Amino acid sequence: MKNKSEKAKRILSSAILMFASLGMLFPFFWMVKTALMPNKATLTYPPKLIEWPIVFDNFIKVFTSTGLSRAVLNSLFIAVVSTAGVLFFTSLAAYAFAKIRFRRSGFYFGMIFATMLIPSQILLIPMYVLFAKIGWVDTYLPLIVPQVMINGYGVFLIRQFMVGIPDSYIEAAKLDGLGHFGIYWRIMLPLSKPPLITLGVFTFIGNWNNFFGALIYLDSEEKFTLPLLMNIFRSQYTVEWGTLMAGATITVLPLIVIYLFAQKSFIEGIAMTGVKG
Amino acid sequence: MKKISRTENLYGKLFIAPQLIGMALFVILPLCFALYLSFCDWNLFGSPKWVGFENFRLVFGFDGDVFFKSIKNTVVFMAGIVPLTMVFSLSLAILANRELRFLNFYKSALFMPMITSSVAIAMVWYWLFAPNLGLINYMLELCGITGIGWLTDPKWSKLAVILMTVWQKTGYYFIIFLAGLKGISRTYYEAAQLDGASSWQQFTHITLPQISPVTFFVFVMLVIDVFNMFGEAYVLTRGGPVYSTYTLMMYIYNEGMHYFNLGKASVASIVLILLAGSISAMQFYLSGKWVNYEK
Repeated sequence: MKNKSEKAKRILSSAILMFASLGMLFPFFWMVKTALMPNKATLTYPPKLIEWPIVFDNFIKVFTSTGLSRAVLNSLFIAVVSTAGVLFFTSLAAYAFAKIRFRRSGFYFGMIFATMLIPSQILLIPMYVLFAKIGWVDTYLPLIVPQVMINGYGVFLIRQFMVGIPDSYIEAAKLDGLGHFGIYWRIMLPLSKPPLITLGVFTFIGNWNNFFGALIYLDSEEKFTLPLLMNIFRSQYTVEWGTLMAGATITVLPLIVIYLFAQKSFIEGIAMTGVKG
Repeated sequence: MKKISRTENLYGKLFIAPQLIGMALFVILPLCFALYLSFCDWNLFGSPKWVGFENFRLVFGFDGDVFFKSIKNTVVFMAGIVPLTMVFSLSLAILANRELRFLNFYKSALFMPMITSSVAIAMVWYWLFAPNLGLINYMLELCGITGIGWLTDPKWSKLAVILMTVWQKTGYYFIIFLAGLKGISRTYYEAAQLDGASSWQQFTHITLPQISPVTFFVFVMLVIDVFNMFGEAYVLTRGGPVYSTYTLMMYIYNEGMHYFNLGKASVASIVLILLAGSISAMQFYLSGKWVNYEK
């Protein structure tokens, strides 16, 4: 009796979750489907669930006659440099906070942690003024440097992990004559892969998707990132649905690939923030 | 306590120096500057002119219409997005909190909207919401409902933004709720079942109190999300029609970056900080009454 109702519950749960999952994925399906349709066919009504034959015209068009391939490279450049920078500087500080004893370390850690609570968008206007004064507007520097130089979330995430690494590793390394940077580089970094992957994926995705920052700081079209270009597309190709969706597909695709590869550590990392919070 | 060695002290400070410099330059300095600018008239050229509370008067009084509209919209978004996202993500998490065959697929699928670019995704919704050819209106037509101008009618535009946002955020909080549910010991439920408690009683007497810290975290995060809403709504509706989806962030962006009223934009930023801060503080204060922290 009990087993039977448990089984019924399981089937019902699966059915609802399956329905919700497919509902979540449906917009992606619709995006790809529309991207693979000739532009003209999108204007026929009613819409069909499956379109045949599929064509790649829209993809060819966005790559050849728009700034898309350049925007892909620009976005990639910003995301890769930011991610590398963030991982290096946050883990360096995290190592110091986790394993080096220095004066007022608790106070500094608290301060850096507290910066997380300030919504970054509030700092926008004064930051813009600051960067305008030193001539950084219309360069990638305002999009990269601040997050690399101050990243409370990253320092916190990696420090929490590094605290758990036994001191004996460090003692042994000291006997082998390694200095503090050597210990950081050769011992702590390789041992801290899980939080580094989580932070790395987060940072990459955040930068790839960064719309607000790019909208504010970038003026010249050859420096545009993908989200900026998409924003322009929306006004430029108002009803060329196929073209719009091809652009959206290109923007989303790398994220889905990264996500599928790093899925496990990514979801675990997020689950952790909630439980700890 | 051991004495702190000189080299340790030096290296420790050296390693955190970039973060401290970054904090001074990119957080503390701009924060002070924003405060100063809110009392100045400045358009980025020349030098800031001190005008006292003039900007506050302008924001709240003169063109208060747009400003108050954006605050009102933010409140409506909050009233829609926060409860809907919480109900959906918690319900799905409860359903998923058992041995299921395709659990990993469900997790990945539900989470997918969160990782994809807000701009690209807003464009997909722009297409789904399209008035004559869009899929949503087609499906509504099959049910006999016609002619909803999702993005052209101020009556519906807010709902369009809310639907898209709930779709985008549910998966993230689903994962967080699921992690919280996994942390509840099975023995509570077993004991309750022996006492003949119904599923609903188990939910209200065990599940809800046990995950209240997670619920609280989700609540605070969602409120902050709504305050910072910009990209999705901007790409979907451009804040229109007739300012019906204009958010505080859009106000700051337009005042600061289009009209170069840096003083007014700073005032709006400060209002945003104060609003978000006081709501968070209130949540923390109230949480003492319903959040169950046990060690």
